[in-house]
Amino acid sequence: MSKDIRIKKGLNINLVGAAELVTSKASLSNVYVLNLQDFHGISPKILIKEGAEVKAGEALFYNKKHENMLFVSPVSGELIEIKRGDRRRIISLKISASKTQEHIEHAIPNLSNASIADVKAFMLKTGCWPFIKQRPYDVIADPETSPKSIFISGYATAPLSANLDYTLKGKEKELQAAVTALSKLTTGKVHVSHSGSGSPLADLQGVEHHNISGPHPAGLVGTQINKIDPINKGELVWVASPQDLVIIGEAFLTGKFNAERTIALAGSSVKNPKYYTAIIGAEIATFLYASGVNEEKFRVINGDVLTGVKSSQSGNLGYYNTTVTAIPEGDDYEFFGWNKPVFNKISNSRALTFSWLTPHKKFDLDTNTNGEHRNFVITGSYEEVFPLDIYPMQILKACLYKDLDEMEALGMYEVAPEDFSLTEFICVSKQPHQDIIRKGLDLMIKEIG
Amino acid sequence: MSLKSNLHDLKEKYKGKKMAPAFNALHTFLYLPNDTTHNGTHIKAADDLKRTMNTVIIALVPCLIFGIFNAGYQHYLALGEIESAKGFLGASFWSLDNLILGAWTVLPLVIVSYGVGLAVEFLFAVIKGHEVEEGYLVTGMLVPLIVPIDIPLWMLAVAVVFGVVIGKEVFGGTGMNILNPALTIRAFLFFAYPTWMTGDKVWVHGAVERAGTADAISGETILGSYAQNNAVAYDYWDMFWGLIPGSVGETSKVLIIIGALFLIFTKVGSWRIIVSTLIGALAMGLIFNGVVDSGWISETSKFYGLMSVPFWQHLIIGSILFGAVYMATDPVTASQTNKGKWIYGFLIGFISIMIRVFNPAYPEGVFLAILLMNVFAPTIDHYVIQGNVKHRMNRIKVKAA
Repeated sequence: MSKDIRIKKGLNINLVGAAELVTSKASLSNVYVLNLQDFHGISPKILIKEGAEVKAGEALFYNKKHENMLFVSPVSGELIEIKRGDRRRIISLKISASKTQEHIEHAIPNLSNASIADVKAFMLKTGCWPFIKQRPYDVIADPETSPKSIFISGYATAPLSANLDYTLKGKEKELQAAVTALSKLTTGKVHVSHSGSGSPLADLQGVEHHNISGPHPAGLVGTQINKIDPINKGELVWVASPQDLVIIGEAFLTGKFNAERTIALAGSSVKNPKYYTAIIGAEIATFLYASGVNEEKFRVINGDVLTGVKSSQSGNLGYYNTTVTAIPEGDDYEFFGWNKPVFNKISNSRALTFSWLTPHKKFDLDTNTNGEHRNFVITGSYEEVFPLDIYPMQILKACLYKDLDEMEALGMYEVAPEDFSLTEFICVSKQPHQDIIRKGLDLMIKEIG
Repeated sequence: MSLKSNLHDLKEKYKGKKMAPAFNALHTFLYLPNDTTHNGTHIKAADDLKRTMNTVIIALVPCLIFGIFNAGYQHYLALGEIESAKGFLGASFWSLDNLILGAWTVLPLVIVSYGVGLAVEFLFAVIKGHEVEEGYLVTGMLVPLIVPIDIPLWMLAVAVVFGVVIGKEVFGGTGMNILNPALTIRAFLFFAYPTWMTGDKVWVHGAVERAGTADAISGETILGSYAQNNAVAYDYWDMFWGLIPGSVGETSKVLIIIGALFLIFTKVGSWRIIVSTLIGALAMGLIFNGVVDSGWISETSKFYGLMSVPFWQHLIIGSILFGAVYMATDPVTASQTNKGKWIYGFLIGFISIMIRVFNPAYPEGVFLAILLMNVFAPTIDHYVIQGNVKHRMNRIKVKAA
């Protein structure tokens, strides 16, 4: 039985440069990089030395808090550099790929009768565990806990993000194996939301189906949790993205950690935006220049334009993202840009901005902030794009003045930074909402745990 | 070298220096800055605070222009030099003479208000090292519209300094203030120089200096007439079109309504506050009408005049409409939650009419009501938000049960 969820509040941001539904194979990179920034809150302990040979799926480091939580190499080759920053904090690991790829093979547990401990141990040692995140706090899940439910969003609404119905097609077997495994880890249900019967997720067994529709942020898992089974104080929910489930599922079927995934290359700076299969950590240049670029000054984003991480032409595909976006840099001045009528930018007000006239027009936005940073002034506009049962501005202010009791009372356990990406986009005061929430969550981890 | 690149070089040169905020304020007035996003959202919506404030100013411009003509019109009408204009488009209203006299009296108010206010803003920005904030762009426009026409300019300047410093900067600038700065300025004038702010001599240009002479003219507002149980010399259409004495920008109800529709359409003004303020005013008006109808007070009562005003008429006399549209909707000092806005607006309307009726000496209560509710807005919000918090707590209780 599937249930319908309709999200009304929100905003679809239509941008130029959606990826065409064609997939090419990205040429192999020479060097693969794992950025430690992708694993928020993990303090790594390196297991192998610079210059050592690794196989694909072999552990590179573990989490100091949980020694058995391994982070593995996406490719086989030589670990050529461990880049460190201030106070010898590890920034990234560089692996030079070998000509022939060798994978470590693990013994596969039998999913029909495997115990919880078996499933967890297998996921931890194969390197699949870091794909499981937990709410509250939006960090990699603690393997010693048990969540009240697990959420999977198979409906991507973020601007220019990969079309999951397309990228997951043909992966039904892997997805089924992964959700079967995950369903053992929770006492509650596994909730899967998708766009309806056309979705590759629609026929999964042993899960609770939800048909979700509506504008962004309907596809964010945080929105779905809030509507289906909101998190209360003391409760834990795990989330995983379907693209990562494919890797988990394949590990359960073959015993190998196969870090290859289909990603969307999109954005108005890309000449031929389309899909590529690439391995986690691959050089972005290998597929970016295969598609061509339109201009000289552009920004490469690991992820979508609302939540992604700034990267560059020489950057590498992030650990979790399914989309790489390139949009023009907007570091130019605009004469009387603050008072003249605007037709070529998106706005949810109508203050001489005319995007409301053309709801289906695709816009070509750049990275200009369109104004300077200010205190919070305007009220009531965030609520129009924020479907969660939470007061967005009040919780942001509570994070800014670090009142833990108030943050908790206002619903901090339910939110992740990405839930505030739309309010940040429309913010007239140009406040960094996602950063404020991230810092607030980190403070709560530190003070409350 | 173009202007753009010259200014860019100057900006880089002054970066980090004391005067940088002052320069940037002028620079960003000409050009949208070249700031780009970092992590977080890589794209941003088109609106910034300058655009928002500019929208409010656009909504105020018709009121200012009308106020300029009205200043001349009321003066010449009181002197008996022109016929009364019949209706909004009356020839004796939109005349060059009215424009010249009006501009001569109103524009100095605008210039002093902006000049003094922005000087204080720049000073604070340079001292505190933050950017010059846009809040004063609206305040500076509101102030000349809510003062009597003949207010001495030095008084206005003193009040503006007081209002910007005490009303806003001590709290940390735009976005942090508790009281509406424009109303703080008006309240300061009201209590410091009451003879210039009320009575029957201040609302028409030239009335004060002629007082006591043979040429004396009266410039009583409608509220003043009602408060003293006098007959009112204007018909309802005059009140609606705005051909009456009053503060500079508050008289034309039709232009205020147009401004309100513009603000609501652009989503800059909160329709919840505007509508609920009017509902509140009508409710209080109805209650007073009920009191009069049931004969609880006699015609000799000093409250009788204003209490017996038909309830709907309260909206077209005085500044209740102007206050509801341009003052109560200030997002910083109003309630910030949508539910709170309904309560906040309703109480403003309700209390405005109450003060209007019960305080015949100073019959305009709108600005006091708004300032009062500014103070209570955080309390209203607190209880609205507690509702959400309780709702969250109940979820746990239901689970536990």
